[in-house]
Amino acid sequence: MRNSSIINVSRRGILGGMGAGALILAVGLPRPGRAQEEPEFGRDAMPNGWRDDPKVFIAIAPDGIVTVTCHRQEMGQGVRTSIAMVVADELGAEWENVRVTQAPGDEEKYGNQDTDGSRSLRHHFMPLRRAGAAARTMLEQAAAEQWGVDVSEVKADGHKVRHAGSGRTLGYGELAAAAMDLDVPARDSLTLKDPSEFRYIGKNSIGLVDNMDITTGTTTYGIDVKREGMLYAVVARPPVYGGTVASLDDSAALAIDGVEKVVRIEPSEFPTEFAPLGGVAVIARNTYLAMKGRDALEIEWDNGPNADYDSETYRETLSQAANSEGGKVLRDEGDYDEAAAGAAQTVEAEYYIPHLAQAPMEPPAAVVEIKDGRAEAWACVQAPQVTKLRLAERLGLDESAVRVNVTLLGGGFGRKSKPDFVLEAGILSQAMDGAPVKLTWTREDDIHHSYYHTVSVEKMSAGLDEGGKTVAWRHRTAAPTIGSIFAPDPMQKLPFELGMGLLNMPLAIENVRAENPQAPAHVRIGWYRSVSNIPHAFAIQSFAAELAEAAGRDQKEYLLELIGPPREIDPTNQGDVWNYGENPDVYPIDTGRMAAVVEAAAEGIEWGRDMPEGQGLGIAGHYSFVSYVAVAAEVEVVDGEVRVPRVSIAIDCGAHVNPDRIRSQMEGAVIMGVGQALMTEVTFAEGRAVQDNFDTYLIPRMEEAPKRIDVHFVGNDAAYDRPLGGVGEPGLPPVVPAITNAVFAATKKRIRRLPIADQLRS
Amino acid sequence: MVKLVINGEERRFDGDQDTPLLWVLRDEMGLTGTKYGCGIAACGACTVHIDGAPSFACVTPVGVLEGAEVTTIEGLSEKGDHPVQEAWRELNVAQCGYCQAGQIMQAAALVEQYDTVTDEDIDAVMSANLCRCGTYPRIRAAVKQASAAKSGSKAAEAQ
Ligand code: FES
Ligand code: FES
Repeated sequence: MRNSSIINVSRRGILGGMGAGALILAVGLPRPGRAQEEPEFGRDAMPNGWRDDPKVFIAIAPDGIVTVTCHRQEMGQGVRTSIAMVVADELGAEWENVRVTQAPGDEEKYGNQDTDGSRSLRHHFMPLRRAGAAARTMLEQAAAEQWGVDVSEVKADGHKVRHAGSGRTLGYGELAAAAMDLDVPARDSLTLKDPSEFRYIGKNSIGLVDNMDITTGTTTYGIDVKREGMLYAVVARPPVYGGTVASLDDSAALAIDGVEKVVRIEPSEFPTEFAPLGGVAVIARNTYLAMKGRDALEIEWDNGPNADYDSETYRETLSQAANSEGGKVLRDEGDYDEAAAGAAQTVEAEYYIPHLAQAPMEPPAAVVEIKDGRAEAWACVQAPQVTKLRLAERLGLDESAVRVNVTLLGGGFGRKSKPDFVLEAGILSQAMDGAPVKLTWTREDDIHHSYYHTVSVEKMSAGLDEGGKTVAWRHRTAAPTIGSIFAPDPMQKLPFELGMGLLNMPLAIENVRAENPQAPAHVRIGWYRSVSNIPHAFAIQSFAAELAEAAGRDQKEYLLELIGPPREIDPTNQGDVWNYGENPDVYPIDTGRMAAVVEAAAEGIEWGRDMPEGQGLGIAGHYSFVSYVAVAAEVEVVDGEVRVPRVSIAIDCGAHVNPDRIRSQMEGAVIMGVGQALMTEVTFAEGRAVQDNFDTYLIPRMEEAPKRIDVHFVGNDAAYDRPLGGVGEPGLPPVVPAITNAVFAATKKRIRRLPIADQLRS
Repeated sequence: MVKLVINGEERRFDGDQDTPLLWVLRDEMGLTGTKYGCGIAACGACTVHIDGAPSFACVTPVGVLEGAEVTTIEGLSEKGDHPVQEAWRELNVAQCGYCQAGQIMQAAALVEQYDTVTDEDIDAVMSANLCRCGTYPRIRAAVKQASAAKSGSKAAEAQ
C-alpha cells in the first residue's frame, strides 16, 4: 500500500508545531478523513509549500540592480549563489547587476524554508524559474505598453527589453517601477527558457556571491552579530541529558568585574525537542568574561536518568538486540529463513557506527533583543520558521511579534536545524529586560550537548548458493531514533529513518528481510548530514564486499551483480512509505543509474590495477536523497595507519544547476567521510560525552585529506524537464564503506567498527 | 593597559589583560573577521599575524602584545586583492566560509615565507587550520596558485 501522507503528517508534526503525542500517533496510522485525497509529494507536501511570486523574490531598483531574496539558508552548499543563478537566468539579468538578500523566517510569505533534506533546488528550482520568467514577462509587458507595440514584438534579455522592429531598448531599471505594478501573469501563460538559452544554470561561470565578503572577513555569521548595548553570554548546561541543577553558588562568578548577571535557565520538559536543556547562564560585558564567569560557577548537578550511559556498554546492548529474534519485521520478501537454511554458504557480520557530532565550524550562536513586546533574533539557523514559532512560545509572545533574521551559517550539517540555542538567547534577553544578548556556544558546549548522530549496530546475515549468488539477505538495525527527542521514546526507527537505505535497499535479492529491534535513546539524537544513510550504507556496502569475498569474486563485479539488471523500483513496494517525501512514480529507484555511477567511480580510480603491498582499492554505491552516488577509494596502510591518497566519486543527481557547487559538495563529503572512517567519534562515560574539543573530537586536517579527489558527473545533467536530485547529503554515505573495503583489500582485515582509529595497529 | 597596532591603527585595551586577543578583536574592536572555532589552538579559525607571524589569537593574552603589530583578515590588503584572496575567489575555495579567514591568513604567511610552496609545506603548515566543510583540495590548489602569482609578480618586478 502506498500511503505517503503518513510521513507528511509526521513531518508537519515535527516541524509544524503539532503536539509531540500527535506525532507518534501520526507515524504509522493513516490520517483519518484524508484517505481519499490525492497524496501530496515533494514541495507540495512540505509545511507551507512553495511560492513562485516574482514580487516576493525579485526587486529591481531604478539603477537596474536586481535583488534576489534567498529564502533558503546558506551553510556552505552555495544556495545563495545557485538560487540567484536560477532567477537571474530566467529573468535575463546580467550577473554583475544581481545582488542577493536573505529572507527572514516567514513561510507564509516565502513557502517552506527548512534547509535540510538536500531539497533546496530539488523543490524550488521550478518555482524560482517561474518567478524569474514572470518578472521577465512583466518587464516585456511594461516596455510594450510604453512603446505602444504588441508584446510579441519585444524581448527581454541582457538586462534590457528590445523592440525588434525599431531596435529601441529600455533597461530593466527604467522599466522596473511600471513592471512591478503589473499583475503577475498566470502560471500557465509563462514561457520558460529553453535550456539551450541558459547562461548561468548548469554553467561553471559564476563565482560565489559571498566570495568577496568571505575573503575579506566582512561576512556576518550568527556569532558575528553586534547590536547596540549588547551583552554576551555562555551557559553551563547539565553534562548529562536529562540532568538538572542540584545546587548553585555563583558568588565567585558575580565577583568578576564585567560579569553582569547569573541566570538560571529552567530545564525543559523531556524529551526536549528543540527546547533548551536548562542550566546556568553567565551574562557579561564580553565573551571572555562570560566564559571566565562560567568557570567560576560552583554547580552540583543532579544527573538524572541517563547518569549511567556508557557507550561501550550500550554497544553490547545494541549488539544483543541485533542478535535476537523478535525485532519488528519491516520488510519481508520471499522466505529468508528457508533460503538461508538451504544456502550452500552463510555469512554473518555485525557493524558498529558510533555517535557523531555535527561540529559545524561556527558553533551555535545567536542574538536576541526584545523591545516593546517584540522579539528580534539574528541567528545561524537552518529552519527559521520553527525557530520563530518556538521562540514565540518560550517567550510567551505571539508569533507575529517575533522576527528571525537569518545570518550566514558557518556550517550546519543538521545541528542548526534545531534552534535550542536561539531560545536560550531569548530567555537571557528577557532576563536582561530585553537588552540584546549574544549567546555563544563554546566548542566544548557543542561537543558535549550536540543532537548526536545515532549510534548503531547493524547485523547482517546472508546465504549464498553454489554459484556464489546471494539468495537470502537479512538486515537488522538497532539504533536510537530521532523520534526520541519529540515524544516518549518510541525506541523504533521512524519511517523516514527506515527509508534512508534500509527498506529501499535496491539490491536484486529474492529473499529479503529487514528487522528493527528496540533501542532506547540516552542522549539527544538528531539529524546529521545524510542521517540514517550513514549506518545503513556502511553495513550494506561492507557486507556486499564481504559476500563478494565469500563468493571469491571481484568486489565491483559482485556489487553490480547484486544491483542487478536496469529496472525501476517503486520503493513503496519494499515498505518504504517515505521515499524522501517524493512521488515514487516520479522518483522511482533506477538501478541502471545506480550501476552507472558504480562503473564511473571504478573507472575513475582505474579499478582492477595491481596494487603494491599494503595498498588497496574499495568501492561502494548508495542511493539517497533521490540521487545516486558511488565512491572508489585507494588506501595505503603503513604501520597500522590508514591514509587515503585518492578517491573517485561519481554522482547522478539529475540536471545540474550549479555544477561547481555539486563538485564542492562531493569533495566535502569525501573529506567528512574520511574522518568518519578514520577518526571521528563521540563516546560517553557516566552519561557525559568524553570528547571536549577538536583536540579529542577528531576531524581530518589538510595532511589527512586525500591529495586527489576526482568528481565524475554521470547521467543526463541537462534534463531540466526531469526532477532534480539532492546534492548536499548523498555524497557522504558511500565514502566510509569504500574506504573500509579498500582497507580490506590492502590488509585482509575487515573493519566492522568505526572509526578505524588504532584497530590496525599491532 | 596595553597599546598595540591593529591593521595599521594604534589601539588600546584597558580591560582584563588576560583576555585573549581573539575576544578583544571580536567583542571590543568590532573586528569579527577573525573567528572562534575552539579556543585551544586546535583549529586555526582565529589565525592572525602578530609581527608578521601567523598566530592563534584565541590563546594569545592581549597583555603580552604591548607594541605588537597585529594584522587581521580585514587588514590583509586594502582592496581584498592579496594574491591569496584572489586565488581563493578564483577557485571558489569557500563552502560556508567560516574557517576561511584563518586559512587565508595562514596561507598568506606561508606564501610570504617560501618562494615556492610544495605539497609538503602545505601539509605541514595548513594542517593547523581545520575546515569542517572539507575545502582542503581547493585550499591546496589556491595556495599554489597564489604562490605562483606572487613569484610571477616578483619576477616581473625584478625585470
Ligand atoms: S579558535 Fe583559535 S585555534 Fe581554534
Ligand atoms: S568552509 Fe566551512 S569550515 Fe571551512
